[in-house]
Amino acid sequence: MWIKCPRCGEILYNKDIVKNLKVCRKCGYHFRLTAEERLAFTLDEGSFVEYDSRLVADNPLNFPGYPEKLAEARQTTGLSEAVVTGEGTILGYRVVIGVMDSRFIMASMGAAVGEKITRAAERACERRLPLVLFVASGGARMQEGMVALMQMAKTAAAVKHLDAAGLLYISVLTDPTTGGVSASFAMLGDIILAEPGALIGFTGPRVIEQTIKQKLPDGFQRAEFLQQHGMIDLVVPRARMREILGRIVMLHVGEGN
Amino acid sequence: MPTILDFERPFVELENKIAELTSFSREKDLDLSGEIEHLEKRAEELKRSIFANLTPWQRVQLARHPDRPNTEEYVRMLFEDFIEFHGDRCYGEDPAVLGGIGRFNGTAVTVIGHRKGRDTRENVSRNFGMAHPEGFRKALRLMHQAEKFGRPVITFIDTPGAHCGVGAEERGQSCAIAQNLLGMSALRVPIIVVVIGEGGSGGALALGVGDRILMQEHAIFSVISPEGCASILWKDPSRAQEAAEALKLTAHDLLALGIVDEVIPEPLGGAHRDPKRAAALLRERMVQHLETLKRVAPEELVRSRCAKFRQIGLVSEEAGESG
Repeated sequence: MWIKCPRCGEILYNKDIVKNLKVCRKCGYHFRLTAEERLAFTLDEGSFVEYDSRLVADNPLNFPGYPEKLAEARQTTGLSEAVVTGEGTILGYRVVIGVMDSRFIMASMGAAVGEKITRAAERACERRLPLVLFVASGGARMQEGMVALMQMAKTAAAVKHLDAAGLLYISVLTDPTTGGVSASFAMLGDIILAEPGALIGFTGPRVIEQTIKQKLPDGFQRAEFLQQHGMIDLVVPRARMREILGRIVMLHVGEGN
Repeated sequence: MPTILDFERPFVELENKIAELTSFSREKDLDLSGEIEHLEKRAEELKRSIFANLTPWQRVQLARHPDRPNTEEYVRMLFEDFIEFHGDRCYGEDPAVLGGIGRFNGTAVTVIGHRKGRDTRENVSRNFGMAHPEGFRKALRLMHQAEKFGRPVITFIDTPGAHCGVGAEERGQSCAIAQNLLGMSALRVPIIVVVIGEGGSGGALALGVGDRILMQEHAIFSVISPEGCASILWKDPSRAQEAAEALKLTAHDLLALGIVDEVIPEPLGGAHRDPKRAAALLRERMVQHLETLKRVAPEELVRSRCAKFRQIGLVSEEAGESG
């Protein structure tokens, strides 16, 4: 019923915080969202149609313990994989959308995630629709080894096709976006938005601290830091995200579509 | 002093004994040829049997062998008229990436590779082959230059990974790698990628999107180092050997998985035991692939390169356990 804000310690009533799009009323901390919540907060009600819901990961390397890990992630999240893709409308504008859910093995990218993202980009091409991806990920999925790493190249090539077709791709970086995913489709948006406070980087801060044996400054690798360093277009608070996305799409497609 | 790995020791010791015996026989003018020949045969057999049964971890050690030929040495052995070019025209020059133009088998090409050093001093000055964003951006700049002049691109992969640090993050390590993946996927000239040592994750892939990915027999290519994998998954870096098995990072494993196109043999004992021979074996295969690719039209080149990556990890729809 009650949750504690991990940043300011405020005790928040669950119902209230959902009403506030899961942002702490006191300090503005953006809680991580499930894919379902993200879709609900972003799309026009009832507009979502899912793609590839049955597409699931294999165990291409026969990696020990991986099937059990997948089964557990499926059970706890109710999702088949770490990304949900489909089509829907934002303020009336039709888009192809993908949402990653960090509860699913840290939304790491294996073959199934790479394939779903690629197919979403391909559908956007076929239907000449904008693509909006809400990114969150710990990186490439270790248990799928090089098959996972190569999804970086595969998804980057898919973005290139969208680009060549003159279509709009907006990536929205959410907490956390790191590793191989940050170094592929996440950073390739025509327009890159981010949620306040989201951790975004190639190497995670803990690994950097261990390597350089120094404490990192406050705010390092946060969305605001990336905007300051010229890496993203705009930090957008969750309360304005739907409106900003709608406006960007509107400015690209004209009136209605 | 050359570095001797544990599993190299038995035949290296035998080889040392042979060398001693040879000089002894010469000094004393004794005929020990029968004895020496016998030992040489044994050393060869020993080497053969050890190398026929290498574990993935032993290959990791070979791929990281301090005496293993590096990019600079292969460039010297394989290219004529090579000229090095520097800088990303944006921030700086990254010595962890080598780039330039030269002639390969008569064709003007652009050559790019991660640059490890031969000794500690060299390695420190080149950051052990771990590139900053400016290194990746220099690589992409040179690739676009190659495209303009219709030059094929040849890249050498040999890095523990992209550099991890504050400056690299501030200057957009993720963005630089991502741009390379996108840029290489669309480049309208042939790209041949040769994995010669350590293919460490995203920092390796940033030079690794090609029409052909060739991999030396004892090179590795992995999503994460075995040590990193073991410490993340099992909270125990000492289980790196086990991780090396699980990650399927050897050339033959990756050929079977359809990640690389060809495994290039190395001289018995590994490339470091005979760098010239290793280079000759590389040259032979690179020539053949380059000649084939030079005849492919740019559109078809890009189309089939993308198709090749498109099919990696093609998964099937599975009804049942998922929703």
